[in-house]
Amino acid sequence: MNITHHISDELLFDYANGALEEGWSIAVATHLALCPSCRKRLATMEAAGGMALEAIEIEPANASTEEFSWEAMRARIDNVAPAAPVPARPKHSTGRAASLPEPLRSYIGGDVDAVKWKPLGLGAYHYPIKTSDQDISVRLLRIPAGKPVPEHTHGGRELTLVLKGSFSDISGRFGPGDFEETDESVDHQPVADPGEDCICLAVTDAPLKFKSRIVRMIQPLLGI
Amino acid sequence: TVKEPDKDELSACLLAVGAGKDIQAFEVLFRHFGPKIRAFMLKRGGNRQQAEELMQETMMMIWNKAALFDPARGSVSSWIFTVARNVRIDAFRKTNRPEFDPNDPAFVPDPEPAADDVYEAGQEADRLRGALVKLPPEQADLLRLSFYEEISHSAIAERMNLPLGTVKSRIRLAFSRLREILGDAA
Ligand SMILES: [Zn+2]
Ligand SMILES: [Zn+2]
Repeated sequence: MNITHHISDELLFDYANGALEEGWSIAVATHLALCPSCRKRLATMEAAGGMALEAIEIEPANASTEEFSWEAMRARIDNVAPAAPVPARPKHSTGRAASLPEPLRSYIGGDVDAVKWKPLGLGAYHYPIKTSDQDISVRLLRIPAGKPVPEHTHGGRELTLVLKGSFSDISGRFGPGDFEETDESVDHQPVADPGEDCICLAVTDAPLKFKSRIVRMIQPLLGI
Repeated sequence: TVKEPDKDELSACLLAVGAGKDIQAFEVLFRHFGPKIRAFMLKRGGNRQQAEELMQETMMMIWNKAALFDPARGSVSSWIFTVARNVRIDAFRKTNRPEFDPNDPAFVPDPEPAADDVYEAGQEADRLRGALVKLPPEQADLLRLSFYEEISHSAIAERMNLPLGTVKSRIRLAFSRLREILGDAA
């Protein structure tokens, strides 16, 4: 895999610091599974977090409070049955090679050939992915070779991770593993490159906010 | 007063907990990191009681998962930071944190390190410590504030009375400077 577009420092830092919502984090973590160089950057950030933790100055503690705290911890450990040793998992499973990495594969419930695509029109398909954040839309997109991404508007941040095939837009060419980060200030029109359908993970601020409760309820059924 | 354990002792303690559930080694970790984790949880919101509970939860995770700590991949404090961070996400967002899985067949492993890089991995923490000290104060302050007081860029911008764009560009500068000092240019 020859990745040329990576996660920005600001976004990766939010992920390292635990400040990034689940929806965006799926795209970040899935790129990390594919990209040793971003994992190295993440490790540096987590080490900086560790140093910040280490540097916290503690006020001279009330000794009896600390004793009480330790006794509570001990009691808890004594009451817990020793966990069964976790059997080491084989480094590489013997099954058919998966093409979608974790954590994305679990969110989809299978590999790319198991996806139950829903038509978007003009030959494009999508597959919405449920997360705990209603305000963030996470989905797979399948764009036919040579065609533009349909109905493409977004009001805020958009993260795109290419899984298969490639697309091109004003910022360049994006192939498998490449990560694009845009916002409303960027006017881009991604077009799948000819030759192969492009499958990508797209995460956006949820595009539409309906006031009516009924519309809100059927919104997921419509897939918008 | 008791001497504070240094990082090699802490590393040895965590390995002892991982290898044999050594309660004395765990007590050293608890007395060293417990108060810091409690303060970290308190700074990130919640009351003393919640901070104590989250600290205990974090230490319980450390007790249970210590065998996963690999000193070749990072320092004790870095590993404990990630455990505390995840415990807090679990408690406040009620979601799991999406993470990559190095045992997943679709995971792209690190390239085999060159022999001298293996030696370097152990020194990483010291080099980073040195690099952080060399950051310009406004960048170092921003990282410190992000890690244990506010967590969103916009909250930091408000607190420091800076435009959001400036906060973001300082984060970028801080990390590209760190990588430059560490010698792994992006
Ligand atoms: Zn990357
Ligand atoms: Zn877009």
